[in-house]
Amino acid sequence: MSGEARVDPPGGGSGTRDQEAAGSGVLTIRVALPGHLRQLAGVAGEVSLAWEGSDAPTYGGVVDAVEARFPALRGTIRDPATGRRRPFVRFFAAGEDFSNDGMTAPLPPAVVSGAEVLRVVGAMAGG
Amino acid sequence: MSGVRVLVGTRKGAFVLSADGRRGEWHVDGPFLPGWEVFHVKGSPVAPERIWAAQWTGWFGQVIQRSEDGGRTWEPVGNDFAYEGEPGTRVDFENHSQPFSFAKVWHLEPSPDDPEVVFAGVEDAALFRSGDGGATWSELAGLRTHHTAAGWGPGAGGLCLHTILLEAGAPERILVAISAAGVFASDDAGSTWRAANRGLRSGELPNPDPEAGHCVHHVTRHPSRPDTLFMQKHWDVLRSDDRAESWREVSGNLPSDFGFPIEVHPHEPETIYVVPITSDEHHFPPDGRLRVYRSRSGGGVWEPLEQGLPQANCYVNVLRDAMSTDSLEPAGIYFGTTGGQVYASPDAGDSWAPIVRDLPAVLSVEVQTLP
Repeated sequence: MSGEARVDPPGGGSGTRDQEAAGSGVLTIRVALPGHLRQLAGVAGEVSLAWEGSDAPTYGGVVDAVEARFPALRGTIRDPATGRRRPFVRFFAAGEDFSNDGMTAPLPPAVVSGAEVLRVVGAMAGG
Repeated sequence: MSGVRVLVGTRKGAFVLSADGRRGEWHVDGPFLPGWEVFHVKGSPVAPERIWAAQWTGWFGQVIQRSEDGGRTWEPVGNDFAYEGEPGTRVDFENHSQPFSFAKVWHLEPSPDDPEVVFAGVEDAALFRSGDGGATWSELAGLRTHHTAAGWGPGAGGLCLHTILLEAGAPERILVAISAAGVFASDDAGSTWRAANRGLRSGELPNPDPEAGHCVHHVTRHPSRPDTLFMQKHWDVLRSDDRAESWREVSGNLPSDFGFPIEVHPHEPETIYVVPITSDEHHFPPDGRLRVYRSRSGGGVWEPLEQGLPQANCYVNVLRDAMSTDSLEPAGIYFGTTGGQVYASPDAGDSWAPIVRDLPAVLSVEVQTLP
């Protein structure tokens, strides 16, 4: 699997890119990172991943692409020793929690189509 | 004029406190890396503008940051701390075997000789070395595979390697301390290790003097006397004059046998400082009075230092890496508290004043003396 990440300009929408992606056969996956990881990656807004290849995009593939584009995020979403999603990191889309689908599960169709953003969320815990 | 830079790690970011050599007026920069726990911040002794920081949260794990401009700007470097080979096991609080599992970096120790070399002490206890400024890390696995390691158990803070002592010009000689395993020494740059805990007694344990299994809180020494070591243990203050071949207690008249930091005066190798804390159950200063204790005889006889420190209703703690010294004359002594104060003494401990009062809980204090 492969994925190339690029960053939305602040306030930019994804519709134009989605249309470009559809025209070129490249999927665009939109990812919203939590504040700590945006700070670490040095991005202000949503992240768009131009997804190429014949395989359906998965959660693990999206994390691969995010880490490739932003090396500072390596190991922050999933534990590098186990490859598992960190316990306090959750994946949401369209208000639904997909965290337990597993890293090899395909993304929800609405995320694949670009209609919905995949939200990487830091669980509410601690103080 | 020379100056001082105090590097402070807190529960919610890092701060850089700076002053000229008079140490009277301070400038506070930060928070850097805001919102993250910064366990330790330390600069290279040979390239002081180069500073590393260990940044962590329970959500997103470990990140190592490096600054090349004295802490003004930071860039993430490598954070892959992979144990070499099979991780093996240690024990948990219930004495059940559990695999070694990386949790976080507790301490970063830059080489006194090479600005590209930095060591990291981690939880679960292991020692890592980087030879490329922190971009990549390799474990010195001979420590974690020591024959006692399967019996190592955590202290209350975790099974952490928190102290790394290096010697300028002698990279083969390394000492580390682990809570709650003890002191280990290497004479071959970290390939092989010996337990160095003879003379330590942990009287409330079923076996009071095991080869390993002691809750050592911190170890320090003066660079001019590399074989003389001072230790604050969970119980007792101790010293060794034979590079940890043996230890003897020097708690003397201290009001408590418990505490975390211990430091040596930069110009007087027999002058040492501790911050006594009431017992392992309370973790606050005796009688609500924050006092540093100084011994000018290498332990045994101690004097309280309290001028400028709160002497009523003070219930903060001072953690193991939260005390440091500059190398000016007279010497400056510094410490940070869990209440967010960073205190400085520009006269070797005789008097104190807060540099800042309301930071997040202070986890570490390191001082750089600048030309």
